[in-house]
This record gives sequence, C-alpha cells and structure tokens, in this order.
Amino acid sequence: MDSNNLLDSQGESSTASTITIKLDGFEGPLDLLLHLLKREEIDIWNIPIARITEQYLEYLQLMKDLNINVAGEWLVMAATLIHIKSRMLLPPDPVAATPEASDDPRTDLVYQLLEHQKFKNAAQMLYTREEVENAVWSSPPREVLEGEKDVVAVSLFDLLKAFHDIVKRFEAQRALELGGEEVSIDEKIAEIRRLLLIHDSMVFSAFFARSPSKHHLIVTFLALLELVRLHEIWLYQLKSFDEIHISKGKR
Amino acid sequence: MNMEVDELLPILEAIIYVADLPVKRDQFREILPDESSDKIELALARLVDEFNSRPGGMIIREVAGGLKMTTRPEYHEHVRAYLKTKPSAKLSMASLETLAVVAYRQPVTLAEILAIRGKKSSTALKTLLEKKLVAIVGRKPVVGRPILYGTSREFLIHFGLKDLSDLPTLEEFAEIAGERL
Repeated sequence: MDSNNLLDSQGESSTASTITIKLDGFEGPLDLLLHLLKREEIDIWNIPIARITEQYLEYLQLMKDLNINVAGEWLVMAATLIHIKSRMLLPPDPVAATPEASDDPRTDLVYQLLEHQKFKNAAQMLYTREEVENAVWSSPPREVLEGEKDVVAVSLFDLLKAFHDIVKRFEAQRALELGGEEVSIDEKIAEIRRLLLIHDSMVFSAFFARSPSKHHLIVTFLALLELVRLHEIWLYQLKSFDEIHISKGKR
Repeated sequence: MNMEVDELLPILEAIIYVADLPVKRDQFREILPDESSDKIELALARLVDEFNSRPGGMIIREVAGGLKMTTRPEYHEHVRAYLKTKPSAKLSMASLETLAVVAYRQPVTLAEILAIRGKKSSTALKTLLEKKLVAIVGRKPVVGRPILYGTSREFLIHFGLKDLSDLPTLEEFAEIAGERL
C-alpha cells in the first residue's frame, strides 16, 4: 500500500468529500495480506488470524476514510477472514476421528496466498527478462521491396474456384447439415484477426476446415474478402493454380 | 549441390543477420533444399558455438523457436547513447502478474485469472492483448463459452524465451515464496 500510483484521483472536484479515489488494479486483498505477513514477520503456516483480521479491517476502514472505492473482492476477503476467525474459536470437533492439519480453517487461505506469491515471483522474473531484452538490439526490420517475393497474385477466378471446391468438398462430406449457430461477418473478421495474431500466413482452405455449416463457409469467405479490401491481408500463390495463401498486411 | 558444413556456416550466419524475426529450422531447410536436416542442424550448432565464443558485440540467441542475432546486453549503454533512445516503456507490475498467470495457466479464462489473482484483471488483460503478448486461443466448452487466453509468439520474443518450456517452473518460485515468507 505504499505505492503512489495506487491512488488515482478521478475528477477535479474541489471538496475532498466528492473526490473518489479508485484503487488501481495493481494491488488487491491478497497483496495486502502478504504485505502484512511480511511486515509482521509472520510464519505463513501459523497466521495469528485475529491480529491479521484486525489489521486488514483497519486498512479497509482507512481506504473508506480516504474515499477509495473499495471493490467487492476486498469485502469478500474481509468476510473470509472473519469466518476463519470465528471457526478458530470453536473447539475442535470431539467426534472427528483425528484432528488433521487439513481441518485448519486457515489452510485454503494459506494455499491461496502461496499461489499468489508464486505468480508475483514469476512476474518479477518476467520483469528482469524484459529488462535484459530492452538492452539488446537486432538489425531493424528492413523494407522488403514489393514484388521481391516471388509469388503470384490471386485472380478473382482462382479465388472463386477455391471457394467452390471447398463448398463441394463440404457438401460431399456432410449428408445432412446441422443447424449450428449463426455467425456474423464481424465476428468472423474478429476471429480471423485473432488467428493472424499467431500466424503470419495461413493456407486459404484452413479457414474453412472446421465450419459446421454452409452459412459459416459463406460468412468466412465474405469476411476474408472484407479484410482484403481493408488491406489487412493479401492473397498469393507460390505458382499459378497452386494452393492460395493468406498473408498479413498489404501487398 | 551438396555442401560441406564449413560452407554452410557463413550462409546461415548471413541469413540470421538479415532476418528481422527469429529464423526457424524449417526456414533454413527451405532455403537449402539439397542439404539434410542433420547437416543444417550440425552447422547451426557450430555457428552458434563459434559465433558466441568470440568476444564480440553481437550474439546469436535461440528465441521463439528460431535463431536471432542481437547486440550483447552488456553494451546497452553505448548502443543507447548512439541511438539516442531511452529504455522503452515497460509493462506495469499488474500487467506482468496477469501475464505470469496466463503464461503458466494457459489456456485460461478471465474468471480463472480473477480467482488466482484475487482481483479484477480485465484492464491488464486488455493491455496485454493490445501489445499482442496475449492472444485469444479459443473458447472453453462450458456454459457461456468463456474466451480462453494464451501467450503469443510475440511474448516469447519480448522476453527472449526459446519456447514456453524455457520458463522456470512455477514450483521453482514456490521455493522462493517459502523462503521469503
């Protein structure tokens, strides 16, 4: 809770009471608990739950006093802590066979905290790696002259033929067409864009491989045409009549 | 024509130099169709070994399943002085934590990320999607079909990783977590 960027003042109201401060996504309830455990040098396997709950609630009150918009997860954690605290006050069940450590009401929370700490450490590792990567350079992307790539532009006829083949193959494979859900061109465009985030280029037919209906095939085809028009993709063949490829960017 | 490994070395080096993305094995094979995979592999191993043992300003590294030539990080100050650039904007801790969850738990939904981090992560996730470090990889076949997220190739490049298995295991961080607490 000691970072300045936590407090993100919204609006420019003059009176303090109307300023609402939004807590940035940076720190959440688990971070606060880890912070308290570290500050108090507490053994995670033996958390004095009453003390920690008290301190947690103090922070929560402080945040409310500061008009910080306390998100739901903070209240959920407060409720969890109070629940654990009350269960700790109960005498152990005399009927239970053996008082196992797993009966400790704190166990779930401890594992959640440890898990959270692991990811915080992993984030630290990524931070360090990023630091190193920011200190290296490679040759800058050079402009490859248009047309240098030895490929053949796809004619409209090739494209229609390819689509026709796909539809024919689809019809041959499926005796009966399942209804399936409808899909809009916009949705399909979004899906293709996502695919192209991962792949620089793809084979034309791959886009149609798992279409459940003819409607899907047509929408996919129209979506591809639209993306060509927007210069987001271009189509090429390695040689005439060869398989059509789709590549990111404009030709 | 069939070349000696010695003859392949400078060719491979030149290709790695001009490429702006890490060059993958099959790209080398495509350029050298007459050479066996084994021979190319041998030549690459020797190239990397010889190139990197020379105390030069450049290094060949294995990144995102390919080979990439970069400056050595230890000379960053001088390179930066010449380029007159400042260190580029880094990711916030919130984004890095979210990214760590995606990297180790992929494919993962937003709700699963929330459960692990104990707080909302949609803003951080949006940043990661915009930076293309995270991509949508599908939908989970459960009620509501929530979107599944995973890391992209850009993620590997950004953090200089060979592949996902190049990441330390999460258990290694558990040890650190245990010590610190």
